[in-house]
Amino acid sequence: MIAVLKHELKSYFHSLTAYVFGAFLLVFVGLGALIYNIQSAYSNFEFVLSFCCLVFVVIVPILTMRTIAEERRQKTDQLLYSLPITTTEVVLGKYLALLAVYVVPLVVICLYPMIFAQFGDVYLPTAYGSILAFFFLGAALMAVGVFLSSLTDNQGFAAGIGVAVILFNYYSVSLSEYVSQSTVGSVIALLVVILALGALIRYLTKNTNLAYGFCIVLVLALTAAVYLDNSLFEGLLPRIMSTLSLFERFYVFVNGVFDMTAIVYYLTVIVFFLFLSVQSLEKRRYN
Amino acid sequence: MIQVEHLTKYYGDHLAVNDLSFEIGEGHVYGFLGPNGAGKSTTMNIMTGCLSATEGQVLIDGHDIFEEPNAAKKLIGYLPEQPPLYLNETPMEYLRFVGEAKGLRGTALAEQIDAVIDQTGIREVRNRRISALSKGYRQRVGIAQALLGDPRVIILDEPTVGLDPIQILEIRDLIRELGRTHTVVFSSHILSEVQTICDEILIIAHGKLVAFGQPEDLEKRLLAPSEISLTAEAGPKPVKAILSQVAHITDLSVEETESGVTKVHIWTDHGDIYEASRSIFFAFAAAETALLEMSLKKANLEDIFLELTENAPTEAIPEETASAGTENPESEESEAAEQ
Repeated sequence: MIAVLKHELKSYFHSLTAYVFGAFLLVFVGLGALIYNIQSAYSNFEFVLSFCCLVFVVIVPILTMRTIAEERRQKTDQLLYSLPITTTEVVLGKYLALLAVYVVPLVVICLYPMIFAQFGDVYLPTAYGSILAFFFLGAALMAVGVFLSSLTDNQGFAAGIGVAVILFNYYSVSLSEYVSQSTVGSVIALLVVILALGALIRYLTKNTNLAYGFCIVLVLALTAAVYLDNSLFEGLLPRIMSTLSLFERFYVFVNGVFDMTAIVYYLTVIVFFLFLSVQSLEKRRYN
Repeated sequence: MIQVEHLTKYYGDHLAVNDLSFEIGEGHVYGFLGPNGAGKSTTMNIMTGCLSATEGQVLIDGHDIFEEPNAAKKLIGYLPEQPPLYLNETPMEYLRFVGEAKGLRGTALAEQIDAVIDQTGIREVRNRRISALSKGYRQRVGIAQALLGDPRVIILDEPTVGLDPIQILEIRDLIRELGRTHTVVFSSHILSEVQTICDEILIIAHGKLVAFGQPEDLEKRLLAPSEISLTAEAGPKPVKAILSQVAHITDLSVEETESGVTKVHIWTDHGDIYEASRSIFFAFAAAETALLEMSLKKANLEDIFLELTENAPTEAIPEETASAGTENPESEESEAAEQ
């Protein structure tokens, strides 16, 4: 794992990627600080972060698109398979390298609240709490990016899907206000989700029966649930959409609450998507 | 050293490797020979843990490649068909990464890298970007990578494909040299190559092992009948009478070229060709008939190869079988290479 980590770090810092990523993040945070803290003279640094988190839509795919897709394109994944290291170590090494690249600009950002504290009253706990949540938010999005990169050997495709997914996640709360509140709407949406999951399973395992079985079980469960308690589905879809939103949980920190459940949620998302990435890599051995 | 037992691999519905079993001992150079799409790459990918098997077992020095992958992989150095190189790195950086991944650290790593750089002759290009290197050098960097960690078995998948003739000779020399200190397994669809480098040959066709042995043994033992042509100073009838006493002859054609001189073409059975020619010689001597000329045409590996690979059950595309004999380095086992 250490070897992969070192190798990835070297390749990030030898190419422009790490610098472009860092510069982008710092420019946006700098602009935010200029607007909120300097021009408008707010003493809350967390507002800057909440303004900046849209930048993830661009910079996370830039950073994560090549992680696994590039290995596949260059056929160097064969090397990784033949080396005496496990797939988990490969994915973890790559992910930790991403985090390291991400942490560098964050360390710079950590200085800002202290600088502003020299000139006024800055409530540091919320500022640093938000920075921590900002870190976890980015880390979770990166785990999603790594997974998307593991699905294809085309970097552009990985980046495009990454942008779409993060953008959807960013707007999912606002969108949830517009989607149907009715039971029928929720059930239809859940059906679509089940079918999409089935398609994903089929793509990952190449096992049609497993995918159909999975879909049938879930559809039966859904039917039973609708039959038993209709009211459960009232407004379920919007609820799900806002629950799944990674960004929504970040705003809790911006509002000054240190929410442990959100941290746990981010960690779960990270573990889940890294696990999926490992499975996606393993699957290539089994097709 | 390597035990492959009942290996079977399906790609979807396509059967790529069909119940393959063989054992490879310590030392020597082993050649995997077979037409394109025969399952060579697939077998090698499974042996090195890059690919799963549908059924069967691979043991590397007693370690199951699926159960204890890390222990088994430490014993193997593998160069896939397409050398897995990070093009924007230098060979030094690349080898350092591979060495570290193989668990080498500090001075041991530096020493090993130094050693393999000398062994593969890439010293002068070691600090150039791999993307700027020629195909021959890239192949060498790939082999250097396989040599790191001092594995006991080195597996090379078509190491000479796509190289120019000089590079091919250089790589062959390198393989021969490696064979002195390691067990080397390499695949090729070029007969002459396997014939010149290998101590043992495994011929694979349509996912099955069709022959396994030393090149001379294969030539001597296997299948293809040998032919003898001779010219004798006698008419067709007495010649036929003499030859009828000789064993090992399966068929013959007789032709009188000028009066009193007969040309005969003889097909012998699968036995020793010298045995047959000796009997013919003494038979003519006993009849006091002069043999003016006698020439032997031994079955060579090429004939055996063609016969074996064509006779195997046809599941592959006929095209692939047709290209078996022609040495065509351009066509790749694309099907097998794609995982």
